[in-house]
Amino acid sequence: MTCELVAKEPATIARLQQVQLSYGKTKALDGISLAIPAGVMVGLIGPDGVGKSSLLSLLSGARVIQQGTVQVLGGDMASSSHRDAVCADIAYMPQGLGKNLYLTLSVEENLQFFARLFGHKTAERRRRIDELTKATGLYKFLQRPAGKLSGGMKQKLGLCCALIHDPKLLILDEPTTGVDPLARSQFWQLIQKIRQNSPQMSVIVATAYMDEAEGFDWLIAMNAGQVLASGSPAELHRQTKTQALEAAFIQLLPESAKQDYQAVVVPPLVDGDDSIAIEAAGLSMVFGDFKAVDNVSFQIKKGEIFGFLGSNGCGKSTTMKMLTGLLPATSGQALLFGQTLNPDDISTRKRVGYMSQAFSLYSELTVQQNLELHARLFHVPAGQISDRVAEMSQRFGLQQVAALLPDNLPLGMRQRLSLAVAMVHQPELLILDEPTSGVDPIARDNFWQLMIDLARQDRVTIFISTHFMNEAERCDRISLMHAGKVLVSDTPAQIVANQQADNLEQAFIRYLEQAGGRDNSTEGDINLAPAKTAEPVKKGFSWQRLWSFTQRESLELRRDPIRSALALLGSLVLMLFIGYGITMDVEDLTFAVLDQDQSVLSQNYVLNLSGSRYFIEKPPLKSQQEIDQRMRSGDITLAIEIPHGFGRDLSRGQQVSVAAWVDGSMPNRAETIKGYVQGMHLHWLRIQATETLGTDASSLSSAVETRFRYNPDVKSLVAMVPAVIPLLLLMIPAVLTALSVVREKELGSIINLYVTPVSRLEFLLGKQLPYIALAFINFLLMLVTAITLFNVPLTGSFWALSLSALVFVLFSTGFGLFASTFTKSQIAAILVSVLGTIIPAVQFAGMITPVSALEGAGRLIGEIHPASFFLTISRGVFSKALQLSDIYPAVLHMALAVPVIILASALLLKKQER
Amino acid sequence: MQHKLANVYRLGVKELWSLWRDPMMLLLILYSFSANIYIAGTSMPETLHKAPIAVVDEDQSGLSSRIISAFYLPYFIPPQLISLSEVDAALDAGVYSFVLNIPPAFEQDTLAGRSPKVQLSVDATRISQAFSGSGYIEQIVSSEISEFSQRQRLNSSLPVDLVLRASFNPNLTASWFGSLMEVVNGVTMISIILTGAALIREREHGTIEHLLVMPVTPGEIMVSKILSMGLVVLVATAFSLMVMIKIVLAVPVEGSVLLFLLCTALQLFATTSMGIFMATVARSMPQFGLLLILVLLPLQLLSGGMTPRESMPDLIQIIMLAAPNTHFVSASQAILYRGAGLSVVWPQMLALLLIGTLLFSFSLQRFRKSLSAM
Repeated sequence: MTCELVAKEPATIARLQQVQLSYGKTKALDGISLAIPAGVMVGLIGPDGVGKSSLLSLLSGARVIQQGTVQVLGGDMASSSHRDAVCADIAYMPQGLGKNLYLTLSVEENLQFFARLFGHKTAERRRRIDELTKATGLYKFLQRPAGKLSGGMKQKLGLCCALIHDPKLLILDEPTTGVDPLARSQFWQLIQKIRQNSPQMSVIVATAYMDEAEGFDWLIAMNAGQVLASGSPAELHRQTKTQALEAAFIQLLPESAKQDYQAVVVPPLVDGDDSIAIEAAGLSMVFGDFKAVDNVSFQIKKGEIFGFLGSNGCGKSTTMKMLTGLLPATSGQALLFGQTLNPDDISTRKRVGYMSQAFSLYSELTVQQNLELHARLFHVPAGQISDRVAEMSQRFGLQQVAALLPDNLPLGMRQRLSLAVAMVHQPELLILDEPTSGVDPIARDNFWQLMIDLARQDRVTIFISTHFMNEAERCDRISLMHAGKVLVSDTPAQIVANQQADNLEQAFIRYLEQAGGRDNSTEGDINLAPAKTAEPVKKGFSWQRLWSFTQRESLELRRDPIRSALALLGSLVLMLFIGYGITMDVEDLTFAVLDQDQSVLSQNYVLNLSGSRYFIEKPPLKSQQEIDQRMRSGDITLAIEIPHGFGRDLSRGQQVSVAAWVDGSMPNRAETIKGYVQGMHLHWLRIQATETLGTDASSLSSAVETRFRYNPDVKSLVAMVPAVIPLLLLMIPAVLTALSVVREKELGSIINLYVTPVSRLEFLLGKQLPYIALAFINFLLMLVTAITLFNVPLTGSFWALSLSALVFVLFSTGFGLFASTFTKSQIAAILVSVLGTIIPAVQFAGMITPVSALEGAGRLIGEIHPASFFLTISRGVFSKALQLSDIYPAVLHMALAVPVIILASALLLKKQER
Repeated sequence: MQHKLANVYRLGVKELWSLWRDPMMLLLILYSFSANIYIAGTSMPETLHKAPIAVVDEDQSGLSSRIISAFYLPYFIPPQLISLSEVDAALDAGVYSFVLNIPPAFEQDTLAGRSPKVQLSVDATRISQAFSGSGYIEQIVSSEISEFSQRQRLNSSLPVDLVLRASFNPNLTASWFGSLMEVVNGVTMISIILTGAALIREREHGTIEHLLVMPVTPGEIMVSKILSMGLVVLVATAFSLMVMIKIVLAVPVEGSVLLFLLCTALQLFATTSMGIFMATVARSMPQFGLLLILVLLPLQLLSGGMTPRESMPDLIQIIMLAAPNTHFVSASQAILYRGAGLSVVWPQMLALLLIGTLLFSFSLQRFRKSLSAM
């Protein structure tokens, strides 16, 4: 029915009705109703945090619809069957540079992964990858890891990954944020070209750069979760009677938001003081073989507003850090107020205020506390602190929020707080690293007004970096920076004049082109509509998709040193520690004797003890008090007291008694010592009875004949090692598997599960496979260690043990998947999987207390948990010479748990974000 | 100098505020020093607790049924009667830890003074029960037999009596040991987590950069973290000892609590420095978590807090001398269980101070280096 509707209105790609979305208490989308035209380039404009990304994630099907209806490509996105049907037709590139890419994987590996997900065959994958990378200029960099690409190239790679399956709808969330102007213009040219080649394709782009959006076909202006206006750029200009989109946007804002708004006017810099506040002289910074900053020089005069313009990763922040003394320069000099910057010189720090790129104040301290802490750390005299803090809160408009935590403030206000904190000690120089990124236009202009006041009224020198051109135009002078080099330093007007450009952006692009920034990206021709080779996405279970996740996971794991070290060596290291650590053997016990008899018989009694391998004799005791004293200090754990007349009385056949004191502080050890002493006492009596006294010994001999089976010497290692293997084989694989899934949640690449045709089971099993293999390798390593290093013989069947281990690691990795479905952060995943495996393995599986001795819930867990079965198998095969025929019922029990845990994980895993 | 102290104080107060507003960490501290201690104190398995035992009674006499009824809870679960042919399979499957075989005509032979033997099969892979359990069983059977025969005719008692007493913990109550050692383990674990997390949190939020442009040195930052987090753990330890151990669990603490807290402070000096060090190695919280597993387990298992140190291989004993835990555990055991004073534990305290100083200066160096490499 919906299809017919859309067929009548072919011009609509998506239709939203009364869409609402909230995260906890915050409303991200507040009643959005829209019809988005098809076959055109649609722009979603507005500052950060107004709901653009939320809207796009609903359109792409990545997020669950809370209220209202969203129809895309002629169907309801709330229906999972429709989402499955159209997900191959929608390409979604989330916000953030390379957010859905795998940064340790190369360009080629990333593209191969996405191409496999959409079911392309080997030859077809090759053809598409070559074509796309040639068109975007990435062909030369196929082997380079995605993490080492520049911001612009990352975005191009993201675009290639999105285009690999011929989408009908391309959704791009802020694709050019943080990218230099040249790369940005190249990116848009690329999009234009793609649209020319496939005119039927619809594109929806969110952007915070209003100037970019001028060239789009249709715009949606958003603010505070609501649509302010929609229509073509010309319509918006007409509606607001403005020339530029940014001004139009401000006009569109509700009255309450623009109440205090005044257009920023920069009073000219009055020359009077020509002394230099800060100077960079040939500054360079080298990280390994990467030259982040290359011979940078410039001077900033006192009272100047100096702008630093460049893309992400061009070296702006690194240069600023060198000028604050945060980073020691590899070579070159930084001069602050005419003196060489010495990072250890505390006094110059008091003259500088610094505000870093991200919000970096204590979110656990209130606004007031943050201001006070910084005032105190800058040694503002105690008497002035409260005045200063009050002055700052007043000047930067923070009085109302003094008792609030920064997390509860809007972004613009947080930036004002950062500025207030940077100013609290009245520095002469302010260094601000991209202070306004992500702030809405009004807040941004308010912020600039504050800075201009500081510069012109208080004569504070301001050194600011930005990637907004209109902000750069307000500076007295600017430096353009690219790839670690300063291209030019001059006044904005002079820079524009130098290049005979229309505006600063154009001038910047020309400088970049002269610097060799052009990467021939637009030269190749893009021909991406070979419909005949596009295979329909396979419905149902696909081994290819599963395998693509397995391959990718293995590659990523290989390139993460800490995780792979834990995966390969973790269990071995822990096995060594636990094997040696948890020993129940009690040996080398220290004892001393208080021999008040000193007869042949009493000495003979002592010899009986000191000759044993369990005991080590310490110097004899002299008094009763000494027993207490030496035991207290831990010198001895056993004291024997033989009374006066022991030998005499015994020879006369009189009843005598020997006293033994055992250090009871470790109850387990004390029990064992008691057993030893009793045994040895009886042994001595038996010998005495037959040899010396000549009496019949039979009445003394024990009535019990004990056979220690499986482990005749009652060696701890023989018993512990087979028990440690199940514990480690449960814990480590579970932790690693859980991490592998939750990592994706934390890093954002989980989005590929939401928006590609991969099913939950394919995703989970694909990620599980490498860990099963690793866990099995670990099992073999532990087995070899047990046999060779610990000398624990394997008496039963190797194949039976291996088979059981394989089944068991299927379960333990499955448990990791299960733990990952309800944890959001990696640290929580570690905690849950460690506790969730150690407790059942140690407490309920019979490692210490046999299952049959447990009660209640513990007993139930012990009866059904695979760890109990594998523990019995491991002990049985190691010590009891069991074969497969003896253990197969236990293996079957374990095998039953595997599908249960995996299916439970698949059911609990969400295929959409909530 | 005054500035330095003021800075450390300010930053320390800031750390405490940060911790106060982190509910997960507070919960972890609270749990580790209260519920966890309680659980360890009450659920620590006694050496012999409900050991599963079976009896093959081939005699079916009065004596054999006397012996069977002598096994009762809580040491043994009531014995199962099985046949001789079932013994091997049951032991192989690990159903019973002990199987007692009373041979035919056992009572008759005993009365005739022929000293017949009862056969006891022990599953020695159950190492925790095997040794002490078999001793118990031998005693029980022997006393039943001698009591039985004494009723029939007078038998000579042993010429030498052995009087065994356990000092410090006369009934060998396992919970005394378990709960106190859990406090000791908690000190190590929580102090490493708190300081490590405090540093990683600053790095992840970018606030560390902010501190470094201020007139504050890396040394002051590190000392403030060590002092504040150490103080939190010290207070929690004192609470745990005074309230959980002494009142709730009613464990008698022999020695001076003040001396123990002094040792704890020295231990905290070392472990908080270690926390800083680990946080400089790990680049993120998850890496810190993995590192923690690899470091904490050996520290706790091999320090002598779980099993006696003297039973470990010599090499391990020597290596573990470098770990602060070894000295802390041995000092704690001496003070808390055996009431030792300063005159006894000063060597351990000196060792802790030495290890702490080394760890501190090493961590400080690394911390400085890691900051300059940001």
